[in-house]
Amino acid sequence: MADLTAAPLDVDGLLADPAIRIVVCCGAGGVGKTTTAAALGLRAAEVHGRRTVVLTIDPARRLAQSMGLTELDNTPRQVKGIDPAGGGELHAMMLDMKRTFDEVVEQHTRPERAAEIFANPFYQAMSSTFAGTQEYMAMEKLGQLRAADEWDLIVVDTPPSRSALDFLDAPARLSRFLDGRMLRMLLAPARTGGRSMFSLVTASFGMFSRVVQKILGAQLLTDLSGFVAALDSMFGGFRQRADQTYRILQDPQTAFLLVAAPERDAVREAAYFAERLVAERMPLSGLVLNRMHQTEPAGLTAEQSEAAAAELEAAGDSAVTVDVLRIHASLLRQSERESRVARTFTDAFPDVPTTAVAAQPADVHDVDGLRTIGALLASPAA
Amino acid sequence: MVTGKGGTGKTSVAAALALGLAAGGRRTLLVEVEGRQGIAQLFGLDPLPYAEKRIAGTTGGGEVRALAVDPEEALLEYLDMFYKLGAAGRALRKVGAIDFATTIAPGLRDVLLTGKVKEATTRAQDGRRVYDAVVLDAPPTGRIGRFLNVTAETARLAKMGPIKTQSEGVSSLLRSPMTAVHVVTLLEEMPVQESLDAIAELTDLHIPVGRIIVNGARPALLTGGKVTKAEVKRGLTAAGLPAATATVSQLTAEAQAHLTRRELEESLRLELAELGRPMIELPQLPGGVDLDGLDDLAARLLHA
Repeated sequence: MADLTAAPLDVDGLLADPAIRIVVCCGAGGVGKTTTAAALGLRAAEVHGRRTVVLTIDPARRLAQSMGLTELDNTPRQVKGIDPAGGGELHAMMLDMKRTFDEVVEQHTRPERAAEIFANPFYQAMSSTFAGTQEYMAMEKLGQLRAADEWDLIVVDTPPSRSALDFLDAPARLSRFLDGRMLRMLLAPARTGGRSMFSLVTASFGMFSRVVQKILGAQLLTDLSGFVAALDSMFGGFRQRADQTYRILQDPQTAFLLVAAPERDAVREAAYFAERLVAERMPLSGLVLNRMHQTEPAGLTAEQSEAAAAELEAAGDSAVTVDVLRIHASLLRQSERESRVARTFTDAFPDVPTTAVAAQPADVHDVDGLRTIGALLASPAA
Repeated sequence: MVTGKGGTGKTSVAAALALGLAAGGRRTLLVEVEGRQGIAQLFGLDPLPYAEKRIAGTTGGGEVRALAVDPEEALLEYLDMFYKLGAAGRALRKVGAIDFATTIAPGLRDVLLTGKVKEATTRAQDGRRVYDAVVLDAPPTGRIGRFLNVTAETARLAKMGPIKTQSEGVSSLLRSPMTAVHVVTLLEEMPVQESLDAIAELTDLHIPVGRIIVNGARPALLTGGKVTKAEVKRGLTAAGLPAATATVSQLTAEAQAHLTRRELEESLRLELAELGRPMIELPQLPGGVDLDGLDDLAARLLHA
C-alpha cells in the first residue's frame, strides 16, 4: 500500500471519539462489510472501553455464531469472550425485518387496525419481500437504537443490496409509497375537467386503473384498497421517521466507512457511493480496503522469480523452490494489480482517508479473528 | 442463467458463456436485470439502452447481443402489446405510475423481468429461433430462488388474469430442459456456503441446476504439502539468486500461507464435489478480466 495517494485513516481516533455515536459500514456485496463492522465493534469495546452494539443484517452463519447470535430476534445480546479490562462491552443483534415492520405498525395505530393490516396480503408481501423493506427497517432499527441512548457507539452493517445505493434510497422510496398519494390517485374515480395536463393524467389513471383491474383482477384491487385505507393513519408517522433517520445520518455524530475489496466492481461501487454521500452531505470518514495482498519484493522481483523458476524447472531441480518462487511472483503481481485498482478510488477521492487490511489465509469466524482484523484496521497503512 | 454470490465474478462468467455459445456463427443474447450496467462496464461500452445491441462478434460470423432489461420499460412494452396504450403510457410514466406499479407487487417486477427473458428465448423469425442461446446474468445466490419462483410470488397477489397466465408460462419454461442455472463460486467459505444453499433451494423448486463454476482457481503449487527454509535457501542458491535470510524467511512465510489457504480450498472443493454435480474450474487471470481474458474463459467453458 506504499503508493496510495490518500492519507491513512485513523480508525482508533474514530472509535475513541466520544462525539461519534454511529459508524455505518457500506459497500458492495461480498467485500467483508459484516466482518469489518464486527471487528470495529470489538475494537471499540476492548481497546476504547465503549459500550458498543453491532447491528448486523445478514451475517454468515459462522460469524454470527462466533458472536453468540443464533436467531433473528431483534434483541442485542452481549458477546462473550471479550476482554473486560478496558471497561467496554460488545453487544450484537441481527435484524428481523418483518418484526421491525410489525412493531412500527403497532406503534402508530390502534390494535384492531394493526390486526387488519397484518392480515392484508399486501402487507404480508411487502413486509417480507418488498425491495427496500430491509434497508428501510435497518434504518428504522438504527433510529430506535440511537433514540434509546443506551450505547456509546452503534456500528451498522448495511444490507447486501443489489447496489450499495439502495440503502440510501429505499427509505425515501418506501415512505413515498406509504405516503399513498399514488395509491389514492389510482383508486380515486377519474375526474373530469381541470387543466389539460391534469385531465390527461386523470384520464390515464382511470384507464390505468381499468388496466390494472384487467391484469391483476378485482380481488387484488380490493386488497390494495383495504391496505391503503388501513395504513392511511400512519402515513405521516412513516415519513417523519424516515426523515428523522436521514437527519441522524447527516449529523457529525455519524461516520460512514466505505468498505471495498481491491476488485474493479467493488471499487467502482465505492466510488459511486462516495459521490452520493458527498452529494447528500453525509459524513464520509474513510475507505476500508479489505483483502489486500501486500508483499515486498524482498530482493526478488516478479520477473526474476519467474525466470529463476523456469530455469530451475528446466534443470529438473528444486521442485519446491520452483513453486515457492511462482507463489512469490504471483503475489507480487496480484499486489501490484490490487494497488492499481485501489488507486482508481484514491486518485478520484484524495481527501478520503484510507486503511488497508491484508488478506487472511483463512476466513474469520471467531472473536480472535475479529480482534486480528481490528488491529489491522487500526494499524497505519504502511 | 448464471448466479453466484456478489464478488464471485458471475457477470464475467455470464459474458464468457455468451461468447462461447456464440462461437461458430451462432447468435446469443446476454441479459442483465438488476440495472447495474455490469455488461457495459465489462465490455467498456456506454450504458446499454433497453434494446438488443450487438456487443461482440465471434468466429464464423457469430455475434453476442446484450440487453439491460428495465422493469418499467418491460411493463410499458407489455401493456402496449396487449392494450395499445400509446401516449397514455407515456403520461403514466410521467406521473410515476409505472414505477409505482412495478414496486407495489414484489413479484410483478420479477415476472416482467423473467417474462422478457422468456420472450427473447422463444422469439422466432422465419420459423427459426432468433437466438441460439440466451444467457442471463441473474440476481445473486441470496435472491435467486425468490427471483425464479415467479408463480409462487404472483399467486400471493394475482389469483387470475394475464399476469397469472404470464407467470405460469415463465414458470414452465424455467422448469424445462431449456433452462440451466449455473452457480459461480470462489473457493472461499461464504460463497461456497451460499452456493450450497442456493442449489438446495433451486432443487426444491424443481428448477434445473447446471454446473458449479469455480472461478479464480489458483494453480496447484506445492502439492507435496510442505516447505522448509533450508530447502528454499538451497533452491535459491542453485538458481544463482541471493539467498539472504530475509528473502528466505519471506518466501517461506508466503509459501506457508499458500499451503494454509490451499488446505481450506481443498476442503471446500470436496464439499462442492460431494453434491455430485458437474464442476468447471476457471483459473485466476493474471491480468484481471479484460476482453482477451473473457475469450480465454469462453474457450474453457466451451471445452469443459
